[in-house]
Amino acid sequence: MTERSSGAGRKALRSRPQVALFVTCLADLMRPSVAFAALALLEKSGCEVFVPDQQTCCGQPGYNSGDYESAIPLAKQLIAQFEPAQYVVAPSGSCAGMIVHHYPRLLDGEWRERAIELASKTFELTSFLAEIAPLQADPIPPERTPDITYHDSCAGLRELGIQRQPRELLRRICQKDVIEMQQSDVCCGFGGTFCARMPEISGKMASDKLANAMATGAKVLSGGDLGCLLNLAGRARRQGIDLEVRHVAEILNGDLDLAAIGESE
Amino acid sequence: MATWTWPLSVRANRTVEQHCEDFLDQASAAMAQPERRKTMDMLGLLMPLMRGQAVADFGDFEGLRQHVRAIRQHTLDNLDHYLPKFEQEALSNGNRVHFARSGEELNSIVLGICQQHKARRVTKGKSMVTEETALNDYLLKAGLAVVETDLGEYIIQQAGETPSHIVAPAIHKPVAEIRQLFLDKHALGERELETAADMVTESRQVLREHFLASEVGIIGANALVAENGYSLLVTNEGNGDLCATLPPVLIVCTTMERIVPRTRDALALVRLLARSAVGQSISCYTSFYSGPRRADEQDGPLETHIVLLDNHRSEILASDYREMLQCIRCGACLNHCPVYVAAGGHAYGAVYPGPVGSVLTPLLSSLEEAQLLPNACTSCGRCEEVCPAAIPLPQLLRDLRHEEFRTGLTAGRWRLGLRLHAWVAGHPRLYRYATGLGIRLLHRLGRKKGGFRHLPLAGGWTSQRDLPAPQGGTFSQLYARRQRDRDDD
Repeated sequence: MTERSSGAGRKALRSRPQVALFVTCLADLMRPSVAFAALALLEKSGCEVFVPDQQTCCGQPGYNSGDYESAIPLAKQLIAQFEPAQYVVAPSGSCAGMIVHHYPRLLDGEWRERAIELASKTFELTSFLAEIAPLQADPIPPERTPDITYHDSCAGLRELGIQRQPRELLRRICQKDVIEMQQSDVCCGFGGTFCARMPEISGKMASDKLANAMATGAKVLSGGDLGCLLNLAGRARRQGIDLEVRHVAEILNGDLDLAAIGESE
Repeated sequence: MATWTWPLSVRANRTVEQHCEDFLDQASAAMAQPERRKTMDMLGLLMPLMRGQAVADFGDFEGLRQHVRAIRQHTLDNLDHYLPKFEQEALSNGNRVHFARSGEELNSIVLGICQQHKARRVTKGKSMVTEETALNDYLLKAGLAVVETDLGEYIIQQAGETPSHIVAPAIHKPVAEIRQLFLDKHALGERELETAADMVTESRQVLREHFLASEVGIIGANALVAENGYSLLVTNEGNGDLCATLPPVLIVCTTMERIVPRTRDALALVRLLARSAVGQSISCYTSFYSGPRRADEQDGPLETHIVLLDNHRSEILASDYREMLQCIRCGACLNHCPVYVAAGGHAYGAVYPGPVGSVLTPLLSSLEEAQLLPNACTSCGRCEEVCPAAIPLPQLLRDLRHEEFRTGLTAGRWRLGLRLHAWVAGHPRLYRYATGLGIRLLHRLGRKKGGFRHLPLAGGWTSQRDLPAPQGGTFSQLYARRQRDRDDD
């Protein structure tokens, strides 16, 4: 598997993969450093990255809340903006999963064809860096990165099969093994509008996740989706739990001097 | 035991009622009980481990899953063949077969059979179909004594509650509560009730008398075999077999989607069911029932009935939700649903809780009534991952939310918010401008503290967690600035 990936990587490198970065709205608005880290990691790996400047949101909030009708124009808008690219990469499993799995279902006719085409070249960041354009960053001395535990965000895990990729990258670049928590694959309670519609249940789920993370003794709770991380960081703040919450792209890029999510500057 | 009398409790109706409109309050109440919360958390931790082990030990579980799924889809696609075939075979085995369009019809058919035999005492095996029709209440009102004989069902019947889980109905009850219940309801005399084992022994004693005294036994079915008219039942306590063989009259209450073509299909289903439900390779008791006692046989019921309930299933079969009829009622989606584990089964206020129930309840009642349930989902996809019937539960739930939105049931402020967000996101320049302003403001207000405890219009979020402050500047602003600086250099 590794050999096949690196083989594909060598081939890809020769031709400089052209990547359109889908920033995702949460990174755009709440934490630009995640998108900058993604950009830097892709460039280090030999990709030529461009950022379509009219991009907004993939339409997930409406889609998951049952408002398919207003998700459709957003899906078409995104397809039109990104389909010229050779690859589309997003630092989020749920946004990439929306494009890969849900656009083809949401759209009909010619648009479905275009959605399927876009789906075939859309990747979540860590899977792209593990499998398509192997991350070329210099290893970071292990003592520079605190102990990390990892939350597997649901859409990335179950729609895109992302589980070993971020761990492999962390091992290779940060020279750190993730300290696994119990039930790392169970939802953190974010769920898009769910967390605001059913806040008490969502809060309980976030607390369970934080308790499992704390039990590992790790200092950093990482993951690949800002939705989950904002939820967990916000709940940790509310409960006075001392955990740094950071996106995996920032860790791989060595951005540990930045204030963690929800930390004061 | 000549003077054995039936305890009063089995003559009483349910005393605890929940409604699906009150999902949030009921969930809140359940989460406020530390003992119950502990029990449910244990379920959410252990059951996935047990299932995971059983699935890993099996080998090609996915192959089995797809095999059974194909069988069930084939059967549903050809019910017009298999349903009459099953009926014909069951009749030729000496059964009587009844069709009930509604729950009310099933109840009156069952009562009719009981009255015909002047029965006063009924023992029941676990049956979700009769939960669906509220058969117990119906028979009790008509003056019959009805005893649930599955231990979990017996416990909640004593407590006047409904099942909180489709496989483990009393899973929400801590042992101490069960002990107290038995102390209150049983005339214990000298008998011990210290350990869980004592309580099992106690119920076994009590239930044995019921089995021997009842005139009618009622059970459900896990599969109906079209090729020979047999019904299959799995239990871990053997109580179903006692209900099916000791009383002179047996009534099997079930539904048409339990039909599979062949015996071997039913057995493939059991392999899937036992592993998915409780991580067993096979249930302790796995029995096929053919029909009444034959002339040369010593035991078994003298008369047997099979009642097939429709209750909206024909409509589901013809709808976009027909995959729901592939459900084999294993409960794996409940055990793996973090919302179910947090909220507990009673919060759903419906016969079927958890992901399976959140799809079924609106289909069996109405979306108006059960509107909240399809929203009790984070789309995490764990239910679909473990569903032995490979039902795309998250998508069905999303489609129900779509129906909710389309028919105007979604609350006005959510509709407005979602539509406004989509409209602005559909106008990139406006979006850039509006988000740029909003984020700058939020950053200024929040950067010192790092987050917000309260925020107007975000009460749902901030009721349980802070909102982390944005880092400052949107990526699109910062990136454009960086590109400009680079161009200038």
